[in-house]
Amino acid sequence: MIAALTSLTILGLVLGLILGVAARVFRVEGNKLVEEIMEILPGSQCGQCGFPGCAGAAQALAAGGAPVTLCPPGGRSVVLELAAKLGKEVNLAGVKDSVPKVAEVKEELCIGCTRCFKVCPTDAIMGAAQQIHSVFRDACTACGKCEEVCPTESVKLQPIPVTLHGWYWHKPNLQVLRNIPA
Amino acid sequence: MKLFKLRGGVHPESRKELAADRAIRVLPMPEYLYVPLLQHVGAPAQPNVNVGDKVLKGQLIGASQGVISAPVHAPTSGHIVAVGDYPAAHPSGLTAPTITIKADGEDRWLDTEAVSDPFVLSPDQISARVAAAGIVGLGGATFPSAVKLNLSRKNNVHTLIINGGECEPYITCDDRLMRERAAEIVEGVRLIRYAVGAEVVMVGIEDNKPAALAAMTLAAKNTEVKVIAVPAMYPMGWDKQMIKALTGREVPADGRTADIGVLVHNVATAFAVRDAVRFGRPLVSRLVTVSGGSVIEPANLEVPIGTLVENLFQFCGGFRNKPARMVLGGPMMGIQLASAAVPIVKGSSGVLALTDSEIGNVQPSPCIRCSSCVRACPVGLLPLDMAAHIRAGDSSAAVTLGLKDCVACGCCSFVCPSHIPLVHYFNFAKGELMEQERVKLKQESTKKLAEMRNERIARIERERVEAAAKRKAAREARERAAKEAAAKVVTETA
Amino acid sequence: MNRIAHSPHAHAPISISKVMVTVMVALIPATLFGFWLYGWPSINLWAVSLIASIGGEALVVSWQGRTVRPVLMDGSGILTAWLLALSLPPFAPWWIAVLGSLFAVVICKQVFGGLGQNVFNPAMAARVMLLISFPLEMTTWISPVPLGSAHAPSLMESLRITFQSHPIDGMASASLLGHVKTEFTRGIGLDQSLVGYYAPWHSLAGDRAGSLGETAAVLLLLGGLYLIARRIITWHAPVAMLLGVAIPALLFNLINSNHYAGPLYHLLSGGVMLGAFFIVTDPVTSPNTTAGQLIFGFGCGLLTWIIRTWGGYPEGVAFAVMLMNAATPIIDYYVKPRIYGRDRKGVALPVGKES
Repeated sequence: MIAALTSLTILGLVLGLILGVAARVFRVEGNKLVEEIMEILPGSQCGQCGFPGCAGAAQALAAGGAPVTLCPPGGRSVVLELAAKLGKEVNLAGVKDSVPKVAEVKEELCIGCTRCFKVCPTDAIMGAAQQIHSVFRDACTACGKCEEVCPTESVKLQPIPVTLHGWYWHKPNLQVLRNIPA
Repeated sequence: MKLFKLRGGVHPESRKELAADRAIRVLPMPEYLYVPLLQHVGAPAQPNVNVGDKVLKGQLIGASQGVISAPVHAPTSGHIVAVGDYPAAHPSGLTAPTITIKADGEDRWLDTEAVSDPFVLSPDQISARVAAAGIVGLGGATFPSAVKLNLSRKNNVHTLIINGGECEPYITCDDRLMRERAAEIVEGVRLIRYAVGAEVVMVGIEDNKPAALAAMTLAAKNTEVKVIAVPAMYPMGWDKQMIKALTGREVPADGRTADIGVLVHNVATAFAVRDAVRFGRPLVSRLVTVSGGSVIEPANLEVPIGTLVENLFQFCGGFRNKPARMVLGGPMMGIQLASAAVPIVKGSSGVLALTDSEIGNVQPSPCIRCSSCVRACPVGLLPLDMAAHIRAGDSSAAVTLGLKDCVACGCCSFVCPSHIPLVHYFNFAKGELMEQERVKLKQESTKKLAEMRNERIARIERERVEAAAKRKAAREARERAAKEAAAKVVTETA
Repeated sequence: MNRIAHSPHAHAPISISKVMVTVMVALIPATLFGFWLYGWPSINLWAVSLIASIGGEALVVSWQGRTVRPVLMDGSGILTAWLLALSLPPFAPWWIAVLGSLFAVVICKQVFGGLGQNVFNPAMAARVMLLISFPLEMTTWISPVPLGSAHAPSLMESLRITFQSHPIDGMASASLLGHVKTEFTRGIGLDQSLVGYYAPWHSLAGDRAGSLGETAAVLLLLGGLYLIARRIITWHAPVAMLLGVAIPALLFNLINSNHYAGPLYHLLSGGVMLGAFFIVTDPVTSPNTTAGQLIFGFGCGLLTWIIRTWGGYPEGVAFAVMLMNAATPIIDYYVKPRIYGRDRKGVALPVGKES
């Protein structure tokens, strides 16, 4: 009886000590995680996630207050990276990859007001006052800010057409493999 | 000669008998030719003609641009009717930049610069002529040949291997070429050897083509070219497999054949090199096998680049029954065509119209881990595990199993008793990973842009604040001075 | 929409059901011989096993809301029940066969996710379950009573044996392995226990007590060779298993022939032949690579010999197979083929002119 009590107590103490030491030695710096998440996020501060910029989103993610699927411009790859970083399971079947988009200026509607290129977080819109603006496609993150401020609905997000260069095979859809009723 | 042991591989029914004994015929010039600007690995050619221009056969219509690229030439004389997009021979059915030529029926060659003895040319001149002729790997890889020649010379390649494997079922165009034009091929081989300075030259031909072997052996008599029979198996024509069989060496992963001092070219490429070097003629036509159970009269045709696939089928008498599948290339690695109205390109070795029974299409069932795919894989991969990971949405796990070493030869899918489309999974995953890579690169660059912009805004703000402070200070100084002056005035007046 | 299909546009003439049917064909000679040897009760038992397997699988698959037909058509459930029937005492009561079959196809296969997902060989797992749950029924063997012989039960008698557990009079006998084990516990060595009980020829001809599938060693061997010739299985796992039994048997027999039986005794008795050609070659529960299959087969053989020699049970094939089944994932993890252009560790080969 006494032997059992002592041994269990000692065991508990030793294990507790190890846990305590481990907690100190392997402590993850809170803000370090935020920084690492910042590295993953697109950093265009578009605010589509509902947080004030990417830093706000990173803090929320680190605190566990936001889903890893929060970032629309990041798409699938950011979701995967975030999930890996935060050790979260993510059901990608639920993450519908939104069709990649890019902003386009309808030249006949553009009045050269410069509002869009003032809000563009990545300087992807070129132009000057009273001149028709145009979009530098490689820099556009499709955050949609320009669309919001355009007074003439000239800037619109358009899906990027699939080209031979970007095309790849669809995933084989074999329900038969599991023989699941359709 | 002693051959080296190979791993994996399969023995599909060859069905070469459908077309093997049909001598090469020349396809009559079609009215329109559709010449895509990208028929090779690398950067697309840049068009240098406009709609309405008259062109001669062999005239440059798209110039090579960049280090790895190849030019394209007019396959016949006529005039340009369009420079724009046309459906490509691609599983997506998407369009590609293409130059459309209306043939004038004269088929008149451009004046080309022929040389009576090509061996007086310098190696540099030879590769320049090969580059100018737009020759690419005609076995299907379509890598620009001149780039390979230069790379090989730089790497002091000692062994030249000419690939006469032609392991794809049905396809017999290389077989016919070797039977009918062996001397020309051997001359091309000797030119390549001379251009890269290789010591050993071997032509590997599968032993299921005895006539081609005999013709090539005869043509190579008293030359430095050795013709060697290799066992018939798929994928013998995979260049790295051929190297292994003939030299026992393996090309390092992620490396090129030149890394182990070997250069591999296809027999048809050697033939095209001879045409280019001796006669200065660019690559404007190629041999194409038309075969399959639905084709009335299978054939081996010499076809101008840019001819529509449907013209080939028409010439072969059309279909005896509606084909279940039309395929460009061989059945193991070829692509299904949604429409026959797509052009033949430099890498097209065959067009097939297959019946249902030839395809052997069966509904997939679950994997029973029989490991037939593991035994069949010539690369030494675990297709069943890779596909399982990809199916579960974890492509990166497949990469750690060697997905990037997969050559998509199709052996695994071919032998799978469950009929699981293993290669389809692999190509999907490769595409998905490439897409992710692209997205990541874009994100990195846009992130930098955003940071730069934020810095700029911060700087402007800072400068504005500083300027305001300065102005304020100046104003205050002025006011103080004014006050002092006023006070002075007051005191003075007082 | 007619979707564009990915290459290859040709396929080897093979399918799952073809594989299963070929294996069944290979089992036919040994099974027919067993039927002849043990008469109607064995046929009843075999039929009951198959019916229970088909019915049980159909039921659970339809409960899952899946289509029943393709699952039954692949033939894997029938094959499992067949193999199980071959490993049962031929005069066992019907509920042994039913319980075993249901356990095999429902618990060991469908619960794990169906064909291809199970960790353990269903037939062997079911046999182990039966053996440890119903030791009496599973170890009541009888001497062969070939059809047409004087003692052979008639069809009506056989129905009573199978379905009413009618006691078997005067025919009960121990299997060879069981006999030797019992004699050992009485302190009788091999030199005496085997006298008049064992001759290699008897084992070859199946003239002794045992389960349906263990008496016809030669016919099972023939079936196995047929499968190798048809390229349904490879020689690696079977040969490795036979060696795994034979090598330790030979070594220990040389040391003490009174205590350790020789290789022939071990190879031709019990479930070794059935195991080597029809159980360890089960694709689902064995490793993927040839090297892995060699390890797996040898492990099955060695464990079988160890259990037979030192374990509590006279026969160990089923236990050995299950233990090695559990080791299959780890074998697959460590034994992988070398990738072209890379070394065994997966590092790219060095770039150089000379190798």
